[in-house]
Parts: sequence; C-alpha cells; structure tokens
Amino acid sequence: MNFLDFEKPIAEIEGKIEDLRHMGDGDGLNIAEEVARLQAKVEKRLRETYAKLTPWQKTQVARHPDRPHCSHYLAGLFEDFQPLAGDRSFADDSAILGGLARFRGRSVMVIGQEKGHDTETRMKHNFGMARPEGYRKARRLMEMADHFGLPVITLVDTAGAYPGIDAEERGQAEAIAKSIETCLGIRVPLISVVIGEGGSGGAIALATGNVVMMLEHSIYSVISPEGCAGILWRSGDQAQAAAEALRLTAQDLLRLKVIDEVIPEPLGGAHRARDAAIHTVGSAIERHLSALVTQDPGVLRARRRDKFLAMGRTGLE
Amino acid sequence: MNWLTNFVRPKIQQLVRPKEVPDNLWIKCGACEQMIFHRELEKNLQVCTHCGHHMRLPVKKRLELLFDDGNYKRIELPKVAEDPLKFKDLKAYPARIKEARSKTGEHDAIIVAHGAMGGMDVVIAAFDFSYMGGSMGMAVGEGLVAAAELAIVQDAPLIVVPASGGARMQEGILSLMQMARTTVAVEKVKEHGLPYIVLLTDPTTGGVTASFAMLGDIHVSEPGATIGFAGARVIESTIRQKLPEGFQKAEYLRDHGMVDVVAKRHDLRKTLINILDLLRNRGPAGQVVPLRTRVAAE
Ligand SMILES: [Zn+2]
Repeated sequence: MNFLDFEKPIAEIEGKIEDLRHMGDGDGLNIAEEVARLQAKVEKRLRETYAKLTPWQKTQVARHPDRPHCSHYLAGLFEDFQPLAGDRSFADDSAILGGLARFRGRSVMVIGQEKGHDTETRMKHNFGMARPEGYRKARRLMEMADHFGLPVITLVDTAGAYPGIDAEERGQAEAIAKSIETCLGIRVPLISVVIGEGGSGGAIALATGNVVMMLEHSIYSVISPEGCAGILWRSGDQAQAAAEALRLTAQDLLRLKVIDEVIPEPLGGAHRARDAAIHTVGSAIERHLSALVTQDPGVLRARRRDKFLAMGRTGLE
Repeated sequence: MNWLTNFVRPKIQQLVRPKEVPDNLWIKCGACEQMIFHRELEKNLQVCTHCGHHMRLPVKKRLELLFDDGNYKRIELPKVAEDPLKFKDLKAYPARIKEARSKTGEHDAIIVAHGAMGGMDVVIAAFDFSYMGGSMGMAVGEGLVAAAELAIVQDAPLIVVPASGGARMQEGILSLMQMARTTVAVEKVKEHGLPYIVLLTDPTTGGVTASFAMLGDIHVSEPGATIGFAGARVIESTIRQKLPEGFQKAEYLRDHGMVDVVAKRHDLRKTLINILDLLRNRGPAGQVVPLRTRVAAE
C-alpha cells in the first residue's frame, strides 16, 4: 500500500496494528481489543481527513497509484469484454482501451484511458496519455456503437493527451477535436465517468456524455495544477494554490453544473477498497443507463448537444 | 527560424529597443532582423518587406483586409458571467480583465462581424490575440456560438480566425467546456450546408486547436503560423529533445495533412473568395448571385 503525505498519521496507526497482529496473544495483553481500538482510531482519522481534503490533496488521491484504473473497471463491471484495437489508419494506442462488452446483461461499447500499475504496464499504456491514434480509435469505436445502437460508456483517467513530436505530427489537436465531435454526434446513450484524473483536452475528448459523473475524489481540470502554477505563478511550487484556484474537485464541478453527479467513494478513497468503489460506479452507470436507453436516438443526441451548447453562461453563484 | 528567434529574442529586444530604436518608428523583423519603417510595415500588412515574414496583424486590420472595401458590421455579443470561479493567482482575474480591456478597448478576445466578401454575405469571428493571448473563456465561446447562429440565420458561410494560446486558465473547467460548446456551434453551421472555413493565424494552440479550429471544411493558414496542440516548451521538457526545424509551423501542418492551403496575407482574401465561390457554386468571380434562402424569404 502506498501512503500519501497527509495519510502518514493513519499509516503509523495501521503499522502498529500490523505489528500487534504479528505478536499474537500473550503477556496478559489483550491484542484483539487493542487492535479493535486502533482500528476505530484509523476509521475516525480517515473520516476526518477525507471529509476535508484540500483540492491539492484530492489531486494526489486522484493520481494514487493504487487507485482502481480503467482495466480494473473492465474486469469488475463488464462481462465478455472483447477488446478492439486500432484506428484503421496508423496504429493501435494502448493508452486508450476499448471494446465490446456486456454490462448488466446489455451489450455496450466501453472506452477508457489506462494508466498502468507498474513500470512495465505504465510504459505499455504510456501512463494513460494517448496519441492521436488513441483518440481516432475511440472515435471509430463510438461510430461503431452508433451504427449498432449500442450505448457507450467512457472511463476517463488521464493526465492529458501525450505532448510529443510524433503526436503533433499526426494531428493530436484534430484527433481530439474529432473525438469531441463524435461524442456529441452519436445517437446512442453516452455515459462518462471521471474515475481518477480528468486532464484537459485529453479528457474532454471522451467526456461529453449525456451523463457525466465524477468519483468523489477525482479531479477534472483545464490544466494540471503544476502547469497552471508554472504559468500564472511562474513557479511549479505553487501547485497547491493553483489547485485551489482552478476549482477542479468533483464537488466544485457539480456546483458549476459541469457534471451531473458525484459518486461517493469508500472511506479513505477508492484505493482502500477497490471492489467497493467499482461496484458503486457500476450501480450509478446502470441507474442512468436504464433511463437513457428508453429515449429516442434523436432526442439523446439533441439533449447532449443542447447541454454542452449552454455550458458556461454562468459561474459560481 | 526556431522558437528561440520567435520567443526569446523579442523579449530581449523589448529590453533594448528604447535606446536602439527611438520612438519605435523602426521595427525589427523577428526573422531576418532587418529594420523596417513602421509606416512601410503597416502598408505591407505587417509582412516584412525584406524576407516576407508574417508578423501578427491586429484583429481590426484583419477584418478590414478580409471584407469588401474593409467594410463590416460588428454584432454585440451577449454578456456572460465575469470571473465565474472567483479566480486569483498573483493578480485577481477581474484586474487582468480590466487591464486587457483598457489595453485593447475590447470587451473580450473575440470580434464577430458580418459583411460582404466578393459580394457574398459572410460571417467572420476573429480572435484578438492582444486580449489575454486570445485565450478562450466563456465570452469567446459565446462569441463563436453567436457567430454560428448568425451564419445560419443569414444563410452565410462562417469564417473563424483563431489567434489564441488556448484555454483561459482563469475560467478553469468552464473554459475547457468551451471546446465542446464551440464544437456543437460549428457543427450546426455545417449541418445547414454552409461552408465553415478556418483561417489559422499565429498562434493557434491548445484547446482552441483541439476543437472548432480543426473542424473546418477547409483549413487555410498564413505562412509560418504556429499551430499545434501542446506547447513547444511542454513537449521539449517531456521528451528532452530539441524540436525539429519548422515544427508546428503552418507548412509543417500542411505537409502532415492538417492544413489545406498556406496562403500569403496578400493573397488571403482572393483565396478565401475563390473557395467560397466554388463551394457555393456561384458564377465566375464578380458575378453576384442572390443567396437561395433570401430569395425564398422575399
Ligand atoms: Zn524579415
């Protein structure tokens, strides 16, 4: 388990619990009782800490290496997943996973960024930073879903689109623009969930859904706090201040009416209880999906477009 | 020419210019470093008379250049919430807005105008780079939505002229949402069968490029304009490699399939009119045929 800086006090108590467990009963000490007492303390600390996470702390939780990633959701929520590869013009991009699957008995197209969980998989998935071929694959899969009348579910988790020479050479901007256009144009339900990090253009490329949800401790921003601090504060050290100013938390986005729902996370964040977090996300998707599939294809598209066309006329009240 | 000559040298020049160039009557070309008398440069549409380097053209000059006889009508843009996030960095956002307004005399970074081009009604939405780097926030999004609506109402082609560093950071996620919003707006123009042309000028980067600016039926660019998604410095620090010569320039984008035409500033008007004439299947240049819905409406 990886602990974040602000989780250190909790980590210390959990270390003690671990030690006690290894000691076993004896010396007249009631270990079970002490463990229970410490566990209650951990819970209390977690509750207190996670109830008032700062935007910068949330940024760290959203990027937590143990947080469930796209592949965990694919395994936990979908059956008969059939990965589909390639943009049909240049390459496949493993930063974006996608394919056909069954979700609660219904055929769907599922697409999401995968960050990887160790050196090897992180390299393979390019840390979840897609190149143009990734966005073009996403577009191809959305069009296929549209053609076959299958709902689309997107899972957003990326620091951003990959900033590289090859990506620019092959038209990163155009690929993202077309992906947004396709998200907005399809006549099937589109549900987007920001599961970790919603990094700028690379995130919105997959996230203009009929319903957009965010996990409780996920973030979604026009620029990373570090990048923003570097430009506006002229110092990357001010990332904390930038995270505050950017209003990038799920709670802020709900207030700004940019997203539709915040999905609660297990106590202490999704990384502490992956299966529970994945299950909650599944229930939220199902609830919206069963409402959306009854809508007329034209209405689905029109409502999605109208929603984004109206976005950004007002701010925080 | 590389990013060094573009970005670093002008800054150094700013420091030394007062002594070197009294009253800024002479302007040094960023590419060939030759001095040009300001009147001459203005007459030549901010194109270097020695090497042909295209310097940035102020937005109003741009509109004058494009419309017939330089005549156009601006439309008033609906007001949006200012400082929607109550954003503060080293300076509060309202103070930056105030500064930009007094510097440019404009309300925000976009001007929407309509008028005739080659005798044909067109709507042009042009970015003002001097207003906070032409960054796209809610007001700019509103301007593009209004421009698209106007084009549809007038049954006129829409030309968008971006000159923008990307999203307006001070409007956070709401500026990111303008990418989706402007995409819907230009899609509607296209669905009405109206030409949607993007005239890419220096610079067009970030979220602006990754939305409406790369969705044109036709992409025209000025020579040497920087067009890209990620900023050069971000890429360099990510890949720890020097960027190739001409990277993210208009010609590079044309060679890589993202821009149809690179046209010199002096040829822009002619090029755009020809494209619109052909797309709308009008008679030979100079012959003005009434637009179809207007005829139907009358
Ligand atoms: Zn020159």
